[in-house]
Amino acid sequence: MVAHLPVLTIMIPLFAGLFMPLLGRLNRAIVWPLAVGALGFATFGSIHMLVDVATTGEAIHYSFGGWALPTGIGYRVDLLNGMVLAMIAGAGLLTSIWMLRPAQKEIPDEGRTSYYAVFLLCCAGFLGITITADIFNLYVFLEIASITSYVLIAMGGRRQALYAGYSYLIVGSIGATFILLGIGHLYMRTGSLGMADILSQFQADTSLYTLSDVRTAFAFFTVGLAIKMALFPLHGWQPSAYTYAPSPSSLFIASTSTKVSAYAFYRICFGVFGLAFLTDGLPEIRQIVLVMSSAAIVLGPLIAIRQGDLKRLLAYSSVGQIGYIMLGVVLLNVDGLTGGIIHFWNHAAAKGSLFCVAGALVFRTGSSRVSDLAGMGRRAPWTSAVLTVAGCSMVGVPMTAGFLSKWYLAAGALEADYVFVVPVLIASSVFTAIYVWRVLQLVWFAPKDVEPAVTSEVPWSMRIPALALGAACLVFGLTPWSVDLARSAAVALGVGS
Amino acid sequence: MILAFDLLASGPSVSIGICLLGVLGILATRRMPNVREGVSLTTAVVNFGLVLWMYGRFQAGETLGSTLLEIVPGLEIGFRVDALGILFALVASGLWILNTLYSIGYMRAHEEPRQTRFYSCFAIAIAACMGAAFSSNLFSMFAFYELLTICTYPLVIHAQTDTARAGAKRYVTYLLGASLCFLLPAMFLIWQASGAVPSLQFAEGGLLASSTASGFTLGLAFLLAVAGLAKCGVMPLHSWLPAAMVAPTPVSALLHAVAVVKMGVFGVCRIVFHVFGVDLLGRLGVADVLLYAACFTIVVGSLVALVQDNLKRRLAYSTISQLSYILLGVALLAPAAGVGGVAHIGFHAVSKITLFFAAGAIYVAAHKTKVSELDGIGRRMPITMAAFTIGALSMIGLPPTAGIVSKWWLVRGAVEVEQWPVLAVLLISTLLNAGYFLPIVWRAFFRPSPEGTPSGLKEAPLPCVIALSGTALLTLLCFFYPDLFVDLAAEVAGYEGGRP
Repeated sequence: MVAHLPVLTIMIPLFAGLFMPLLGRLNRAIVWPLAVGALGFATFGSIHMLVDVATTGEAIHYSFGGWALPTGIGYRVDLLNGMVLAMIAGAGLLTSIWMLRPAQKEIPDEGRTSYYAVFLLCCAGFLGITITADIFNLYVFLEIASITSYVLIAMGGRRQALYAGYSYLIVGSIGATFILLGIGHLYMRTGSLGMADILSQFQADTSLYTLSDVRTAFAFFTVGLAIKMALFPLHGWQPSAYTYAPSPSSLFIASTSTKVSAYAFYRICFGVFGLAFLTDGLPEIRQIVLVMSSAAIVLGPLIAIRQGDLKRLLAYSSVGQIGYIMLGVVLLNVDGLTGGIIHFWNHAAAKGSLFCVAGALVFRTGSSRVSDLAGMGRRAPWTSAVLTVAGCSMVGVPMTAGFLSKWYLAAGALEADYVFVVPVLIASSVFTAIYVWRVLQLVWFAPKDVEPAVTSEVPWSMRIPALALGAACLVFGLTPWSVDLARSAAVALGVGS
Repeated sequence: MILAFDLLASGPSVSIGICLLGVLGILATRRMPNVREGVSLTTAVVNFGLVLWMYGRFQAGETLGSTLLEIVPGLEIGFRVDALGILFALVASGLWILNTLYSIGYMRAHEEPRQTRFYSCFAIAIAACMGAAFSSNLFSMFAFYELLTICTYPLVIHAQTDTARAGAKRYVTYLLGASLCFLLPAMFLIWQASGAVPSLQFAEGGLLASSTASGFTLGLAFLLAVAGLAKCGVMPLHSWLPAAMVAPTPVSALLHAVAVVKMGVFGVCRIVFHVFGVDLLGRLGVADVLLYAACFTIVVGSLVALVQDNLKRRLAYSTISQLSYILLGVALLAPAAGVGGVAHIGFHAVSKITLFFAAGAIYVAAHKTKVSELDGIGRRMPITMAAFTIGALSMIGLPPTAGIVSKWWLVRGAVEVEQWPVLAVLLISTLLNAGYFLPIVWRAFFRPSPEGTPSGLKEAPLPCVIALSGTALLTLLCFFYPDLFVDLAAEVAGYEGGRP
């Protein structure tokens, strides 16, 4: 079975999602255990593969039906996407556990089975984008993930959610079309859809880099993925989508979706076009992405300060955080890439915890107003502790995960002679500290006469995933192995130190 | 992750552990105030005993310390006992005992709410001090430095009134803001400049002593580090300290005269002696910036203190000015001045805590907070005011009190390097100190009490009186037996000359 883990990890959630409406019709009670089980298996599979890759040092290749690439479709797991797979599957598993109670509350009865089904399909889509070694296959999974995301966002039964889902649909489709155009241009030039095959063609003949259709293809990829990952200034769809989506959707989408697109960008850069394209072929692209991500890093948290809605605040903070991950690509050295790659995990843990807290707030009060957090520390100490730890990680307090991301990014920036990135990172930490402190002060030091809106702690089914994510923020910040993995992944991408 | 458990070697970790265990004990006994305070006091005593034991071991030439946790190579939480660290630890842990005693009297007489939170945050604060004192590297110190800011926030906002909120906001903005904006990048620059294998370990003679980084980078790193250690109260980043005076007096006494502010100057000492090293700073010339800032702060702090009518605020500005004595001593880069500066960490601590204890006792017993209301108070509270007088004499630098010892060393150092302006600053400051302390003493003992004051003695509760007499006695003892602090300071500053 181990040999087939790559395909099982994707297909079990996918088929669980496909059959769920049918099974749910037989017995509604089976829906939740099925989702948890399918994602539990995916988590097991992806961690197993990650450990395998890390210990053997070699990537896992899997060809469907024995058809070798580039003729057939193949999957490939190396350290970089192994980490992303583990992140998606882990976040999916915790979300599926967490959503038992909020889904009962926020999703209308008749739609709940479909909601679980769509959720599983969405997970499968993200996993597929990450694992595939075929660039058209990537597009197919991207569409699966996108369409299910639109549904997940719109399913809240609130009018604004419909609108948010719809605007994401329009903008996201434009992004997806751009990506498809990029794939088309590449196919025109190389006659291939296998990532490794295209890469070897580029490596064999670097003069291809000067051709305008290759450059156009890269531009399409960049803009298309920048829309999907909500990179500033193409983040317009994201705040409303996060804010109005039902809590389980926000939790899952916020902790994975944009990062999967960021991963796709990593893969397009290093696995399709090749490192030389960024250093020699079209070095200007680095400047452009550098400016976009620096702007995101500063402006995301700056806008977040003024938000009165917790989910919207977190959405803007995500706009900033994706900038960190993209910064890693631009720096093109081991330290910078290490920082970018660990941020996949670190941000998933921190943002996941924070959306668990936002979800708990919605669960108890029915809204996500920041002011309703007042006095929560007294009534819901566990949830508040998670909020505190994750908040510290967002700021980058030492001994939390966020610190290490920033530390390595700053080291990489100095190495690449982008000195101005260091003040950018500091400014972002300061703005983040402002909104985090504002929230924490409300939670822990509210005036005595304020009656807390959150009257009690959330059920254990919601508390355990939140605690697990909060603990992850500490574990990643206190132990070296996540950094070691990211560093090996960065080295494997072939950049100089 | 390396978790080391060698009990002998991990004295510092045990000390932090004791304080944190104390927190658990305090939380567990929150329904029984007497037991809770007993736990506090016991923790303080046990912790001080442990620090004393470590001091003994250190004097015997043993190296204590261990790496508790290595996050990534070079970034670790690790401890090592050295002269500077043990001095700071002795001061903080020793005065914690007296301060706990004082808190019991003060908080009960005031029927303050949220006492469990108060005592537990206090214990965490001391744990943070122990951690920072024994940190063997900058990263570790930075982590505990931040922890101290965060765990003292609940103490500053204690009353949870609008003034307390505003004060606490300013407190946290300045301290966290400065450390995020300046100290963190400084640490990063130091890491980058430290050589091929980046490290943040403190080293005798300076981690960066053989650094090949450019003078600009090193100078920038030094200035950022000093600015980031805003707890040292150097102007212009001082205004958090008067704002923090909204806290209950025991907090002002131990934290904002001893632990928190001393953490700041302690950090500067570490930066000067063990990160950059005196030689490197001499070549770079950036220590002069610190020197001028310290001189400015000494004079201006005293001038502002002159016009404060609120007693605690006057003491706060006096603290700002006195802390800069330490910075000045260190920034002169002369061994003798270094001795004065480092020893002043201890001497200022015992004197200033006495003054704060007295101010709190006056507030508890007579409900007075203003200097102008203190006429004749010395006749009602003779013990308190006698202690206050001893503290004031020490601040001015008159015998037979601790203050004269450090001042003497500072003067000696200034003469050694022929810094005459510094000498002038020390002289002016002495006069100014006399100018804002002696009138209080004079009012208390020689002005008639206002009409309608009940006659007879009315001292603060007994634990308060014991505590403030204790610290006053220490202030006197430090004059007669200054060697404990002076020896340690001489070791830190590398002073090998003779003694008076």
